[in-house]
Amino acid sequence: MAFMNISGWKISGVAAAVPRNVEENSDYEHLSSIERKFLIKTTGIERRRVAPKNIVTSDLCEVAANALLDKLKWEREDVDLIIFVSQSPDYYLPATSIILQNKLKLSSNCLAFDIGLGCSGYVYGLSVIASMISAGHLKKALLLVGDVSSSTVSYTDKSTYPLFGDAGTATAIEYDEHATAHFNLKSDGAGHEAIIIRDGALRNMVTKDSFEVKQVSEGISRCALDLELDGLEVYDFSVKRVPVMIKELLDSIDRTAQNYDYFVMHQANKIMNETIRKKIGFSADQTPYSLKNYGNTSSASIPLTICSELNNSLKVGKNRMLLSGFGVGLSWGAVDLELNNCICLPIIEV
Amino acid sequence: MGRYRYKILSMDIEDFLEKIKAEFVEDYDLGSLGADDNIKNMDWWSSMHALVIIALIDAEYDIMLEPSEMRNASTVRELFLIVKNKKG
Repeated sequence: MAFMNISGWKISGVAAAVPRNVEENSDYEHLSSIERKFLIKTTGIERRRVAPKNIVTSDLCEVAANALLDKLKWEREDVDLIIFVSQSPDYYLPATSIILQNKLKLSSNCLAFDIGLGCSGYVYGLSVIASMISAGHLKKALLLVGDVSSSTVSYTDKSTYPLFGDAGTATAIEYDEHATAHFNLKSDGAGHEAIIIRDGALRNMVTKDSFEVKQVSEGISRCALDLELDGLEVYDFSVKRVPVMIKELLDSIDRTAQNYDYFVMHQANKIMNETIRKKIGFSADQTPYSLKNYGNTSSASIPLTICSELNNSLKVGKNRMLLSGFGVGLSWGAVDLELNNCICLPIIEV
Repeated sequence: MGRYRYKILSMDIEDFLEKIKAEFVEDYDLGSLGADDNIKNMDWWSSMHALVIIALIDAEYDIMLEPSEMRNASTVRELFLIVKNKKG
């Protein structure tokens, strides 16, 4: 396990951008109307934002970052570090973060690199930035996190298409000698096939067979370039291992659910999330959801939920937060931190 | 004693079956579903329905079904016996 107590950094602001286009799950014609109703009831997902072909993850993150930089009145040359966390980069290479360094007009003294993670990516990304900022040489950083998952799912796959929405986010982090946070991070590659896109990288390069759509089971047809998600395995992993990891973290810092103002977890689906919430003893009031209007937004789901549900609650005063991301990899983690007068912008539509 | 034990199992499985039906009653007609029927043969069945049953069993019986157990069980009775065996 990776317990890390990292001092010297704080989150100053969060922004999130989503595509303007909305898809309603009640209109998902691949399912019967009865199945759509059941899907909405069990997943909690009524609608999702879906990007058109000309908008990619970095575009959404760029919009969020610009809005956040303007709101915080940060000078661009003062940003020392940007990290882009996504499973939907612009290109194989170069790293998308470096392209964003240019688009955001940041200094060439700014460090920039990508992290290829999904649902756990926000917490992992915070741990990396926190580690780099805490040394004291870097003062200001941007964590850009998001995915356009809609580009990777098959319309004729009822186990994925109606779950995923698109979003890009920006989180501003700066040096603060008085602040501390506590992380617990884990990974298990034995579960790598639970959520996977099989073709398109080096293990299985693209061939014409990659495009062949095959029926996997009733209501599930996809090609090898589409996302596969084993719902049973992912549920089993999430409800067994995430609560254990969170309890380990809380025990290590002698805290309980009652010590927190909010618990913001990755927005997977309502059944899974509610099972986790109850297992670790957080109340419904402590646990905001963005599932209903945005779906599963992968790595962006934690900052998106903060902006969509807590943007008024967090801007004044101190709030103790528990954040937890879990999913593809398998990879999972949580962070205990305090937000102090944190700027959270309302959701931006692109 | 054997007949008494059968009655206990019989009452329990009826309760188990009714709990499963209750999860889906708002959306599907499961009135004729019996203990020896395979709910996964329903044409609307999906992994989401499996998750609903797994979550129900977790909440009601404090038992976590493994994904393989859910996949391999054919009838409601087989699911019930897995839960019963795990309960001890």
